[in-house]
Amino acid sequence: HEALRGPIRNSGGGYVNHRLFWNIMGPSKGGEPSGDLAAAISSAFGSFDAFKEKFSQAAATQFGSGWAWLYVDTNKSPATLEVTSTANQDTPAMEAGKVPILGLDVWEHAYYLKYQSKRAAYIDAWWNVVNWDEVATRYEQARA
Amino acid sequence: MLSCVKLTQRVASHPGMLTAAAMRLKHTLPDLPYDYGALEPTISAEIMQLHHSKHHATYVNNLNIAEEKLAEAHAKGDVTTEVALGPALKFNGGGHINHSIFWTNLSPDGGGEPEGDLLAAINRDFGSYENMKTKMSAATVAVQGSGWGWLGYDKDAKRLTIAACANQDPLQGTTGLIPLLGIDVWEHAYYLQYKNVRPDYVKAIWNVVNWENVAQRFSAAQ
Repeated sequence: HEALRGPIRNSGGGYVNHRLFWNIMGPSKGGEPSGDLAAAISSAFGSFDAFKEKFSQAAATQFGSGWAWLYVDTNKSPATLEVTSTANQDTPAMEAGKVPILGLDVWEHAYYLKYQSKRAAYIDAWWNVVNWDEVATRYEQARA
Repeated sequence: MLSCVKLTQRVASHPGMLTAAAMRLKHTLPDLPYDYGALEPTISAEIMQLHHSKHHATYVNNLNIAEEKLAEAHAKGDVTTEVALGPALKFNGGGHINHSIFWTNLSPDGGGEPEGDLLAAINRDFGSYENMKTKMSAATVAVQGSGWGWLGYDKDAKRLTIAACANQDPLQGTTGLIPLLGIDVWEHAYYLQYKNVRPDYVKAIWNVVNWENVAQRFSAAQ
């Protein structure tokens, strides 16, 4: 079983992470969140712009392959919103109670054909396709 | 060897007093031994140009920045900052070391097979060149995420060893093995040309391996 741990972490993680990724993006999306999610983000990070800056930094400074995440930590009471980054196909969900609601793939394959080495330009542009309705749905589900 | 060719001196505030902190060795991007298009069709000119002038150059720049910060922290006795700089030194220092080796490991006149003492060692430690090639290719393709495959030399055991390192972890600094031949499998090394088909890239790169360089490194490691 130990020999399977690595492949499951990588392939299982890759499967789960990309499923989230395709769902939290969409054409004609972008903009900002509203309602409960917007309030929660302001409360946790000071403002939407401050959250955006922190998330973008996490994405830009993840060395090598990995992801940036916005997740709900349901282990805390009340549940908190946190930003982090992980390596390869790891996810905050590897720890029970942590529920990712937004993720950004920063493996080079996610941006190289269009942005080449300019990861920062990719991150900057990516906000234009974030589907906040989907993220809000995931936020509600995490709090349920 | 790294090219630490540029020595910059800052005159200290006290005339006549030059402290170690005032001397800075700045790393520089080594020239490629061949044109960007020289390794085609195995590795495209576009990849070589981005890889050398953007990726490697960034490691060099960021290594200089990290070392500058380290010197400042050291001068102030700020060990907390010194320790916090560890990852940046490893990423960027490793990146500079690894790519400096990589450019010399490849050549437009490369390919073919190793000879002489190196071949004898390969046969001794792997049975055959084909077997070594198969094993090294497999280990390299299997790297999860970003990293490198290596043919290294264990000076204590006096044997050739295949290893893989994550990210820009330098082979010698992390494992003690002397690096002889490295294959970069960060996606930037192949994606524009091979897309996600890393095995095709690893299979092709043997066409441009500079065995003379690998043999020199092996000889120097004895």
